[in-house]
Amino acid sequence: MSEEKKVTSATEWEDIPAEKFQIIGTDDFSGDIIARPKVGYWADAWRRFKENKIALIALIILIVLLFMVIFGPAISGYNFEQMDTSAINQLPSSEHWFGTDSLGRDLFARVWQAGRVSLAIGIVGAVVASVVGSIYGGIASYFGGIVDDIMMRIVEVLLSIPYLIIVILISVVTDSKSIGTMMLALTLTGWCGIARLVRGQMLQLKSQEYVLAANALGVSPFKTIMRHMIPNTIGIIIVAITFDIPGYIFSEAFLSYIGLGVQPPDTSWGALASAAQQNFMFYPYQLFFPSLMIALTMLSFTLLGDGLRDALDPKLRK
Amino acid sequence: MDQVIEKLQNADNILEVTDLCKFFKAGRKQVLKAVDHVNISIKRGETLGLVGESGCGKTTCGRTMIKLYEPTSGKVVFDGKDISTLKGNDLLDFKKNVQIIFQDPYASLDPRMTIGEIISEGMDVHFHMSEKEKADKVADLLGKVGLSAEYANRFAHELSGGQRQRVGIARALAVEPKFIVCDEPISALDVSIQAQVVNLLIKLQREFGLTYLFISHDLSMVKHISDRVGVMYLGSLVELASNYDLYDKPLHPYTQALISAIPMADPDVEASRERIKLEGEVPSPINPPPGCKFRSRCKYAMDICAKEKPELKEVEPNHFVACHLCNKK
Amino acid sequence: MENDKILEVKDLSVSFNTYAGEVKAVRGVSFELNRGETLAFVGESGCGKTVTAKSILRLLKPPFAVIKEGSQITCDGKDVLALNKKELCEFRGDEVSMIFQDPMTSLNPTMTVGKQIMESLRIHRHLNKKEAREEAIKMLKMVNIPSPEKRIDNYPHEMSGGMRQRVMIAMALACSPKILIADEPTTALDVTIQAQIMDLMRELKEKMNTAIILVTHDLGVVANFADRIQVMYAGQVMERGTAREIFYEAKHPYTWALLSSAPKLAKEAKQELYALKGTPPDLILPLNCCPFASRCEYCMPICKEKNPLETTITDTHRVSCWLQHPKAPKVKSFYDREAK
Repeated sequence: MSEEKKVTSATEWEDIPAEKFQIIGTDDFSGDIIARPKVGYWADAWRRFKENKIALIALIILIVLLFMVIFGPAISGYNFEQMDTSAINQLPSSEHWFGTDSLGRDLFARVWQAGRVSLAIGIVGAVVASVVGSIYGGIASYFGGIVDDIMMRIVEVLLSIPYLIIVILISVVTDSKSIGTMMLALTLTGWCGIARLVRGQMLQLKSQEYVLAANALGVSPFKTIMRHMIPNTIGIIIVAITFDIPGYIFSEAFLSYIGLGVQPPDTSWGALASAAQQNFMFYPYQLFFPSLMIALTMLSFTLLGDGLRDALDPKLRK
Repeated sequence: MDQVIEKLQNADNILEVTDLCKFFKAGRKQVLKAVDHVNISIKRGETLGLVGESGCGKTTCGRTMIKLYEPTSGKVVFDGKDISTLKGNDLLDFKKNVQIIFQDPYASLDPRMTIGEIISEGMDVHFHMSEKEKADKVADLLGKVGLSAEYANRFAHELSGGQRQRVGIARALAVEPKFIVCDEPISALDVSIQAQVVNLLIKLQREFGLTYLFISHDLSMVKHISDRVGVMYLGSLVELASNYDLYDKPLHPYTQALISAIPMADPDVEASRERIKLEGEVPSPINPPPGCKFRSRCKYAMDICAKEKPELKEVEPNHFVACHLCNKK
Repeated sequence: MENDKILEVKDLSVSFNTYAGEVKAVRGVSFELNRGETLAFVGESGCGKTVTAKSILRLLKPPFAVIKEGSQITCDGKDVLALNKKELCEFRGDEVSMIFQDPMTSLNPTMTVGKQIMESLRIHRHLNKKEAREEAIKMLKMVNIPSPEKRIDNYPHEMSGGMRQRVMIAMALACSPKILIADEPTTALDVTIQAQIMDLMRELKEKMNTAIILVTHDLGVVANFADRIQVMYAGQVMERGTAREIFYEAKHPYTWALLSSAPKLAKEAKQELYALKGTPPDLILPLNCCPFASRCEYCMPICKEKNPLETTITDTHRVSCWLQHPKAPKVKSFYDREAK
């Protein structure tokens, strides 16, 4: 406070030398300077994200999980397919950190190997669905009118089909149960949600004045979409992807669990859980580790998505 | 002053609008007549002010004139060409020649682009320039609107309202237009910043020989910047006259009320002048009644006002009014 | 009327805590308000006028906004800053109430306007339902809403902007407060409606003898309405005086600039308007000097060193400017109201 007080006392007021009272006029404003430091969009978003401690922890957990999924199988020193009949159904120990399964395979190696499949399906599924959904939603909103109407009715019809039916149909039609088939089945209707989201956002952007300005400047529709609509939608797409990944991971786990997903010798968290479930009463740890990974991943992605949504929303900017 | 008017009278029309209508669907069977048979012509080099209360269609009118909206009916002729038939290069050329400055300095700049990118957006479309030339031109334009070249790599949210509005002006100027629609360019700004922006607009007009359509609800600012002023009410043009005629001897009862409602920054003047009070509020533009749209608030309303819509007629030289009162005389 | 103080604010300082640091929005503002008088805060956005008004009602949300220690707000003998929650509730509405710029956001969209007026009547004046309804109709009639018996059951979205602002005024006056704070009450409205609302407020002021604090950026609105005006800039009061003193005998260069930057109807078109250069200072920076110094045409070396004292010119007219110092050169106002 003190440095800002209206400084002068009465005597001080009198004592100011006369040369202090010469008019010097305004400052030079030929180019205004900005007092605050330059903050870009991503830097600003990162600043707000950092303030959310829970999201930050979720991000760290995910990074650790990702690291382990990549390097975990190598760290364990065992091959995930290698059977060892002398060491079946062992409890976690210094030898086998997560124990072994009924065929004597090292669970630590298997959990991380399974994580590769699960995470890959989650991420690839969400990204593919987002790309397709964004393009679809973008086209619908850009053309509007009857095109929009028809495209959105198609989405509604697709959304009304239970995806289990689609998965079963696809595995029957293609006669395969590979990861690729499952991914196709999952993304076949998975993009619909994102398409709706993107369409809504784009419709809103379309009436923004800067899009009108681009129109007035004669910028082509394609360029307008590329330069204005997509960059301003990317935030919500990123958030949608983050929220979608756990959904895909869970779907995969669920399908593998009921036997429609990944087939041996390949494995995933869902498949591991499914296998462990048979002798759960005797070896609960075999179910515990894959379930823990599924839960941890899903929770972290959801919390991360929450944090990202708050950080990327320009309306929350100060 | 007389010379200016004379010069303008001899000037040709840069833009002619005939019977322009723009209707929006507002639910089932409901039509919102935002612009309802407007006739107006804008002379080369002049500033035409367009005033009216919110919802009177002045913004829609401005946007339809430059093809941001497709008109429901009517014709807009720019530089001798009907703009509804423009295609390909002619259309691109038209877009280069007409530009718009928006009201909201926050919504009109893309938050994800730097100021440099925003200003050079139009140059990419219309000129073939190297990166270096573009950067030079951006710096030059920033200087013209009173900002330092350092702003080029800043983002819009780092600027104040007045600075953003200058960027909006620089973006419009970048393609070297002939005609600019200024859509409430100052109403979101502070008084002292308004003056900066208006001075800048006037300076640029002199420098580049621009023609402005200046849309605003601030009557004193419109009076200050315009050569001629049009008054809109519920989608129709009710009066159009030179700046001096309109403010000194308004003929339409609505214009009279509008002008008398302008607040004056002078207690003595305020205390002594008489206000024409308008009762009630602007009726909804959805399915407006036939006849004169102002009659529900007009104290001079007559029988004929309910039956016939008054046409815009030249009552005095260069003074157009749409009112049955003036027709009688 | 003299010395019949109803509100006294002393050394009010308010800060906002933002990520970039502390923004000192109000820096030591003092003023007083007499019973039945209209005081206007005039200034540009960010000058602290709304923040000052809101702190009187303690409407600012801590921890984001903090009223600094040493600030004093006394209303009718009560120390406002020491009120507890319950007292504060009674204080708002009973003694001081406020109307805002945007009536749509300050009315509850899911309740009829009648219910909203009745609510405050029942809380503050302990009326029963029937009495409250009758009183609410009376209030609506008082603010010139046609057929109030029907309008009372309308929802806010069924009304126009001017009508909503009238409802807001009716609500604010429902408990006949001693002070009404009007924060830009006409900014969102059209000119003709603006004139109607100002007329209404003038009429009510005379009828109810309520003291009014009018917060606005528009000197035109103030001219015929305010008894006293204080011009604010960067969280400080630059000049204060009666309306005539501010409009005709202003002493501060910032007041001159404000008056000259609005176009005059009598003036020739397309002349250059007086425009201040630059922008107001960023309130995040410390200011040890006159905040207006960098934009002032008459800036002197002393202006950049020290904040001036408030000089008293008449009983009501006070200016914070180094030009009032006896050693300073005499300058004449560049604001010429008769300019042709």
